[in-house]
Parts: sequence; structure tokens; C-alpha cells
Amino acid sequence: MELFVFVCAAAMVLVGAVGVITRNNPVHAALSLVLTLFGIAVLFVANNAHFLAAVQVIVYAGAIVVLFLFVIMLLGVDQAEDLSTEPLTAQRPLALVVGIGVAGVIIAAIVKSQDALLVRGTGINSATPEDADANIRQLSRSIFSDYVFAFEVTSVLLLIAVVGTVVMSRRQRGQHVEESA
Amino acid sequence: MMQILAIDPLLTGKLLWTPLLIVLLKVVVVFVVGLLATMLMVWFERKVIAGMQNRIGPNKAGPFGILQTLADGIKLFFKEDLIPERSDRFVFKLAPYLAFVPAFLTFAIIPLGGDFRGGNDGLVTWFGHQTRVQLADPPIGILFALAISSIAIYGIMLAGWSSGSKYPLLGSVRASAQMVSYEAALGLSVAAVVLVTGTLSTSGIVARQSTLANWNVVVTGIIPFFIFMVAATAELNRPPFDLVEAEQELVGGFNTEYASLRFALFYLAEFMNTVTMSALIVTLFFGGPQPISVGSTTIDIPIIGNALEGTVWLLLKVLVFLYIYVWFRATLPRFRYDQLMNLGWKVLIPASLGWFILLAAQRVGQSAGWDRYVVTIATALVLLVSYGLLMLAQRTSTNERKRDGVMF
Repeated sequence: MELFVFVCAAAMVLVGAVGVITRNNPVHAALSLVLTLFGIAVLFVANNAHFLAAVQVIVYAGAIVVLFLFVIMLLGVDQAEDLSTEPLTAQRPLALVVGIGVAGVIIAAIVKSQDALLVRGTGINSATPEDADANIRQLSRSIFSDYVFAFEVTSVLLLIAVVGTVVMSRRQRGQHVEESA
Repeated sequence: MMQILAIDPLLTGKLLWTPLLIVLLKVVVVFVVGLLATMLMVWFERKVIAGMQNRIGPNKAGPFGILQTLADGIKLFFKEDLIPERSDRFVFKLAPYLAFVPAFLTFAIIPLGGDFRGGNDGLVTWFGHQTRVQLADPPIGILFALAISSIAIYGIMLAGWSSGSKYPLLGSVRASAQMVSYEAALGLSVAAVVLVTGTLSTSGIVARQSTLANWNVVVTGIIPFFIFMVAATAELNRPPFDLVEAEQELVGGFNTEYASLRFALFYLAEFMNTVTMSALIVTLFFGGPQPISVGSTTIDIPIIGNALEGTVWLLLKVLVFLYIYVWFRATLPRFRYDQLMNLGWKVLIPASLGWFILLAAQRVGQSAGWDRYVVTIATALVLLVSYGLLMLAQRTSTNERKRDGVMF
């Protein structure tokens, strides 16, 4: 059963991931991304991390990809892209190098930590009929006590990104007058 | 491993045939009840709104026209299935299902009955197995509803885009912006309920609302309920927030290009969502299948057993909210788009966030043994100052925009 769930979810993730980079239509690529995110959510559930699965769906599938689609539709770039012309000629070889590098690092990590992978994780308190919220309680304890500093720093980072976007997208005072003149 | 499916005593232990059959039976019953409820809701809405507008409404098919929806459904079923030339065929066919399936999924986590009174936890025994009168009781409970409601956006969004036409596209862009904006307020008011009940599970939330004073609408101090109600109406794209299908501006909205069965699926999903959202409001704030009881006196419906009585109470409470939704539609004029966005971002989200902080401060104060009034007043002061800052920022930005000539 567990193997079956894993194989199905992994197939979803892989098909989606391949779809994201092979589909020419940006909307189809975004939908493939949703498939990948759902597969990851299923994997989370299979590992008893229910809360992470829910957050994965709410935040990534429900908000972020919706915003991607929103921008794609609003800007009207939803026609298939012409891939023959290259705006930056160096980007393909560079991407190849980076891709091989990342794959190498992941494989190296797996080979290096082979023994640790075989040991089943015991850290997560899974939900039981008596205590349905054990999982979420454990997660919130570690976020809001042990790692509260990292958590807050991350939220400040996001805030900076938002403020930065607003500042950059704002026109300087009086600039539009010169533009229109 | 079985906890993948649900926190339900039925599914712990070995997987046998009887529990499997009970689950299958539940699936079928929930599906049929959902479809019937939707059918009756369409009829109810048309009939009530007709009454409010001094018309008769549907009265030909069946007694009181109750079979009108069935007749409409059969008509739609036999109509020609159109796919526009410029549409994206695959996504165009997929979109109605993306709208229809989430509508049913949320219904699965609502406790539809069971005996919750007197400390009972709503378990019933069927064929020698203990279970709940709800299709699934996942440990993430109410988060599941939020996840599904965020998925429901895809159906509308892709329907508009894949039609290959400008008006549906505009309708769906409006819809997605509206639903994403109001989801935050919806989630924050749910968070208030989760904060006071201390559990995510829907059956747990119901179990803690045993008397009238324990109903979450009272415990959370009514504001989260109002915010949830408004945000839910926007989330459902129902009047007064039905800009998605503003006929005067957008021909028909995101579903302009749809016909026959695919249109029927959208229509069904819309009304199904209304029923589900009303049931969700009742579950979160009004005790779900709990009977109305003040102190130790409980209004008991005679003859019917306690477990079945829960279903009757749920039905009565849901009917109240369905009526309110119809009433909204008959009474309120449609919002303008900027009014909608202002209400969502500048009123509902700050209000729900502020109220959530107030409730959290109360709980922290309670466990630390601080004076309750001091905590409340201090929090209120902090919130007031924050609100003042927010207003100041808004005024400055409006002034700057006016000076730049962006806004008039």
C-alpha cells in the first residue's frame, strides 16, 4: 500500500515536473506545476505530515500558482512562446552546467548519507484518534520556540520583498509629465 | 498507515469488508444527498426570490414546481455540446470538473449528524462498528475545507481563459482576484475559531459547542462570524459580490461560452458550494448538529433518536443560512470592483487579523493570570494605534496618487 502510494505520487511529481519544462503554452506549464505540487502533498500525507500537506495545497497550489496564472492571463503572454530566438545566448549552456551541478550535488548527498536514508524517521508524532492534533502541535512548537528567530527573519525578508516591489513599481513624482510631453 | 484516510475509529485496525462497505455506503449517501440538496436549493432560491419580487416562480413541474431543476437538468443534458473554435480544448473540457469536484469534496468533512450532547463525541455504531456521521474526518479538518476552496478557483479561472474569448477571460480574472483576496479574511476568521476550540477537526469543533453560550459565534465574539459570512459570500461569487457574472459588463461571465452538460456542472457547483458553505458556517459557529440548549435545558425533539436528531438540527440551521443567502441576493445591489477590493483588503483582513490578536492576547493573559480587562484594553489600544497608522498610510498614498494624476 505504502509503495503503491509512493509510486503514484512520484509519477505525478515527475510527469508534472517534465510538463513544466516541455509544454510550450505557459498556462499548461503552470497546470503541470500544480500536478507536481499535488504529488508532493500526497507524499507529505503518506509520511504522516498532514499539516504540511494542507499548507502545501493552500499556499502553493491555491495561492502562488493562481497568481502565476493570473499574471499570465493578465499580461496576455498565453500564446505559445517562440523558442527559436534566444534573448540571452549564454543562458542555455549555463543552465546545462548548473543543472548537471545540482544533480551531481543531490546524487553525492544521497550516496554520502546512504546509511541515514535506510533508518526510518521517528521524529514525527503522527495523529491518532485520541489526539488528532499531535502533528500540528509538534510542528508549531518547533517553529515558534526552537526556530523562532529563523522564522521571524524569513517573514521580515518577505516583507522587505513586498515593500521593495511597491517602491520600485512606483513612479517618481512628476515623472509622468515628462513622459507624456 | 490507515491514518492517511481519516481519524475515524472505523478505519483503525485491520481493514475488513464491513468498514469498507460502510465507507462506500457513506460515499454514495453523501453524494446523493449533495445532489438532492443542490437540486432543492436551486428550486428554493427561485421560489423564495420569486416570492420576494411578487412573482409566482416555478410552479409547473411537480408539486410547487419542486421538480423544475430536474426538468432544467434534463433539458441541459440533451442540448448540443459546443466547443468554441478558438478554445483550448483540453482545458475547456477539464474546467467544469475542476469546479464541480471541489464543491463535493468540502461536503465530505461536514458532520452531518450524530449525538454530540452530554459529552458524547458524535460516534455512532453501525453494523457493530463505531463511526462518525460524516464521510471523512481528516486530522487537518477545517484546513481541508480551506485547501479545497483555494482549489475551486482553478475551475473558474481556467474556464474563462480556455474559452478563447475576451469577456469570459475578464470574468475569470476578476473571479480569481476576488477569491484570492477574500481567502485571507476567510482563513483568518477560521483561525479565530481554531484558536478558541483548540482543534482543527470538524467533529472536535462541533463537540465543543455544547450549549448556546459555548457556540463559537459567542465565544469568538461574533466579529469572526460576520467576517466569515462576508468572505464566504465573496468566495461563492454570490450577490452582492457576483462581479464574476456581471451581465451588464461581461455578457455572462466566465461561463459565457459553455453550454449543455458542462454549463450544468458549473451551475451545480455554484449551488452546491452555497449549501456547503452554509453547512460550514453552521459547523464552525453554530454548533453543527448540536441541539439548541441553554444552560442545562436542551430543546429535545421527541420520538427521533438523538443521533438522527443531530441531522434534523443541522438541516434547520443550514436552512436559515440558505435563506439568508437568497435574501442577500434579493436585497443587495452589486458592489463596484474597487469597492470590493477595498472592503476585502482594507477592512476585512485588518479587522480579522486584529480580532485574532485580541483573542490570542486574551488566552495568553488567561494562562499567565493577568487581569482580563487590562489585557483587553491594552490590546485594543495597540490595535487602535495600528489602525490609525494604516489609515494614515492609506491617506498618504491616496494623496500622492491624486497628485500624480493616477487617481481622480
